Parts: sequence; C-alpha cells; structure tokens
Amino acid sequence: MSCQIEITGLVKRFGDNTVLNGIDLCLEPGERVAIIGPSGTGKSTILRCLNWLDKPDQGTIRMGDVTVDAARATKAQILALRRRTGFVFQNYALFANKTARGNITEGLTTVRGWSAEKAQAKADDILTQIGLADRGDSFPAAMSGGQQQRVGIGRAMALDADLMLFDEPTSALDPEWVGEVLDLIRRIADGRQTMLIVTHEMQFAREIADRVVFMEGGRIVEQGPPAQIFGNPQDDRTRAFLRRVG
Amino acid sequence: MRPLDTAYMWDLVPVIASYVPLTLFMAIVAMAAALTLGSALAIVRVLRVPVLDRIVAVFISFFRGTPLLVQLFLFYFGLPQVVPAMTGIDGVTAAIIGLTLHFSAYMAESIRGAILGVDRSQWEAAQSIGMTQGQLLRRIILPQAARTAAPTLMNYFIDMIKSTSLAFTLGVTEMMGAAQKEAAGSFLYLEAFLVVALFYWVIVETLSVGQRRLESSLGKAVAR
Ligand SMILES: Nc1ncnc2c1ncn2[C@@H]1O[C@H](COP(=O)(O)OP(=O)(O)O)[C@@H](O)[C@H]1O
Ligand SMILES: [Mg+2]
Repeated sequence: MSCQIEITGLVKRFGDNTVLNGIDLCLEPGERVAIIGPSGTGKSTILRCLNWLDKPDQGTIRMGDVTVDAARATKAQILALRRRTGFVFQNYALFANKTARGNITEGLTTVRGWSAEKAQAKADDILTQIGLADRGDSFPAAMSGGQQQRVGIGRAMALDADLMLFDEPTSALDPEWVGEVLDLIRRIADGRQTMLIVTHEMQFAREIADRVVFMEGGRIVEQGPPAQIFGNPQDDRTRAFLRRVG
Repeated sequence: MRPLDTAYMWDLVPVIASYVPLTLFMAIVAMAAALTLGSALAIVRVLRVPVLDRIVAVFISFFRGTPLLVQLFLFYFGLPQVVPAMTGIDGVTAAIIGLTLHFSAYMAESIRGAILGVDRSQWEAAQSIGMTQGQLLRRIILPQAARTAAPTLMNYFIDMIKSTSLAFTLGVTEMMGAAQKEAAGSFLYLEAFLVVALFYWVIVETLSVGQRRLESSLGKAVAR
C-alpha cells in the first residue's frame, strides 16, 4: 500500500543533543498510529517537526503531493505542510482572546479566507461534534480542562487536515476529564482520520491504533499491530518499558 | 505674607483654558505616533529581526537614558544646524517629534514585556494552523498584549500630557507658556503658576478616573 504521509531520515538536534536520529515512518490513508516510549525520547519532537514547530535538520516529509526537504524548505512549503496537519497540544494552547467558536473559526477565516458565515456554520457543526454546542461563546478561561482540550481538538478538526497530530492530549488533564477527551479522540479515530498520537494511555493506544510505534533514544525501536507490541514485544527495550508502565 | 489674588486667578482661567486644546493636541498626536512606533520597536525586539534589533536596542537605550529636555533641545536647536531640512521646524512639531521618540522608547519596553507575557504555546498553536507571523501577532498576540500593557500605556499618556509643558522651552505658547507670559506682566507668579498647576491636575485626574473605569472593565473582560 502507498504512503499518504512519508517521513524519511528525519534528524533533529538541539545543540549537540541529537533528539531524532533518523526516523522513517509511513502512514497509509486512514491509518491511526500511536507512538509510545519513555519521556525525553523525541516523541513530541517528531510531531513538532511534522508541523514545523521545530525545524528538522535533515530528512524529508511528504504529505500527499507536498514534499519538504529539511535542508531547503521554503516558507510556502512550510505553510503548505502546516495547512495539512492539525496539531493538538498537551496544554490545549487555546487562544485566550477568542471564544470557543472563535478558536475554531480562526484558521478558516484568517488562513483559508472563508467568509465569517461559512466559518460560523462549520464551527457550530464542530461544537456539536465535540459536545460543546452551548459553549460556543465561552472564553477558554471559563472552561474546564476537558472542555478546553475538546476545543483544542475542534480547532484542529476544522482544518480537515490530512494528518492529525495529538501530543499527549490527556496528560495535562485532571483525571475526571480524561474520559471525555479520549471518547472524542476515539470517535475521530473511528472516522478513519489519519492520525499520529503520542500517548501514555496504553490501554487507549491498544484500542484505537492500527499500529503502535515504540521509540527510545531518538529512534524507532519496534513497531507493529497493538496485539504484537503489547502481547509479544520482540525487543528487550520494549519489554522493559512495558513492564515499567505496567 | 500677602493674600492670594483670587480675582486675578479667576481672570486667568479662561486665558489658560484657551490653551488646553493645544496641549491636548500635542499629547494626543505624540501618543498616537509613540504607540505606533513603540509597537513596531517592540515587535522588532521580540522577533529579534537581524541588524534592526541592534539598532532598536541602541535607540531605546538612548531615549530612555537621556533627559527629555535635552532631547527636545537637540531636535529644536541642535539638529537644524546640521540637517538643512530641519531649519524651518516650528516648536510644536519639534515638541511632538521629541515626545514621540522619547515615549516610544518607554512604550516599546512595556509592549515587549506584554508580548512576551503571552504564553508561548499560543504562538505555536497559531503557527500550527498556518497563520503567518503578521497574522498571529495582529490577531492573537497583540490584542492580549495590549490588554496587559494598557494601564502602563495610560500612565505614559498622563506623563506625556505633563511633559508637553516642556514645549514652552522651545518657544511654544501652550498652557505653561501662557502662564509664564501672564506672570511676567502681572508679577503674580504664584497665582499664575497655581492656576496652570490646577489645570494640569484636573486634566490628569479626569483621565485617571477614565483609566480606572477602563481597567475595571478590562478586568471584567479577562475574568469573564
Ligand atoms: N526546545 C528545545 N531545546 C532543547 N532541547 C529540547 C527542546 N525540546 C526538546 N528538547 C530535548 O529533546 C529531547 C526530546 O524531547 P521530546 O521530544 O519532548 O521528548 P518526549 O516527547 O518523548 O518526552 C529531550 O531530551 C528534551 O530535553
Ligand atoms: Mg512529549
């Protein structure tokens, strides 16, 4: 099967700390991939490179017909890449000066040039999907963590991105809000949205992922279907990690 | 001690009052210009624009590090000697330019602080949905920074109004200059300067009331 998203030889250094050491990854259309691994291993950095929040040092990223070579990425290519990826942040990162609806419409009106009415209609549809139809006019400061993260997901959904990136979307949440956010992500996954999700919720990864990628030290150690990675891991490091997280 | 000549003071009120518009004109024009310039300087600093950043840093340091009066004399008396285009400059224009540059340096620093106070993750979120640097500053960062910086900027405006009195040293007859002329004729210095002081006081107090209203409504908007 052909890759919808193809990452080749991705390298990222911070100073002399090589955080990603040659990552190759192919996502098929509609594939849901979970990345697991110890902290400080470069999981967030992969996602951030795909969105060009961190600038990779080497490697290429192809999304559909956009191919970006880290060594000579142009501004237009970076914007094209960003417009094809939706990013969900660990700490929500909502725009504090915009309402829930405003957070969702911002990318449509400012970036895509949609009319306010068209963007509103879409935002209202998304607000319903994320279960916040009645909170469209609320500002982030007036919402619970769970609600804020659902808006964060709604903001990314609005872009109809080729690829959705979730960076530990529940790890900043109080336990009481984790369930509703996981439910929403599960529904998005059920729609066969291509996604890359970094998570420490192993049960969740096992449930929604078509493939689980185990990373350590800036490299992919092992990957495969959840049943294989969780049930019959091949590498000692994977086994040690899974034992540790229980 | 002689009693205050209150009748004379009353007579002065309409005289000084007729110069209030000029004072406000200088302050408002300089404020608008300083806000614009100060924001631009702050953005150059925050984005660390190569080369420009260094120049702006020196600019800010100079205008914060020297007295406003010295700067005004430089513009009005000094520069025209070497820059022919400035020979015809009138006192009001020189004062507005001086106030603008001086206050823009201060405002740049507080606007910069307010911009940096906006959580970094909001920049990233804005970039992640494809916004350009200009779009994210205009739509997300600056509105929040403006809210944070508003009370400080308002204080600078009040300071600016009081500082317009220095224009009198450039030969401008504004409120202070008018009071000086009146006093020179009547020799009632105390009365004349007391009246002008009261005028400044009333203007500033009126603004302070407005400022407190603004702050409490902004506070409400933020708390929601
Ligand atoms: N902006 C940065 N500057 C320097 N080092 C960084 C930066 N961001 C991440 N790192 C380092 O990169 C490594 C990987 O980070 P990250 O991708 O966040 O790991 P993970 O998400 O797997 O926990 C860590 O050692 C971290 O300290
Ligand atoms: Mg991380």
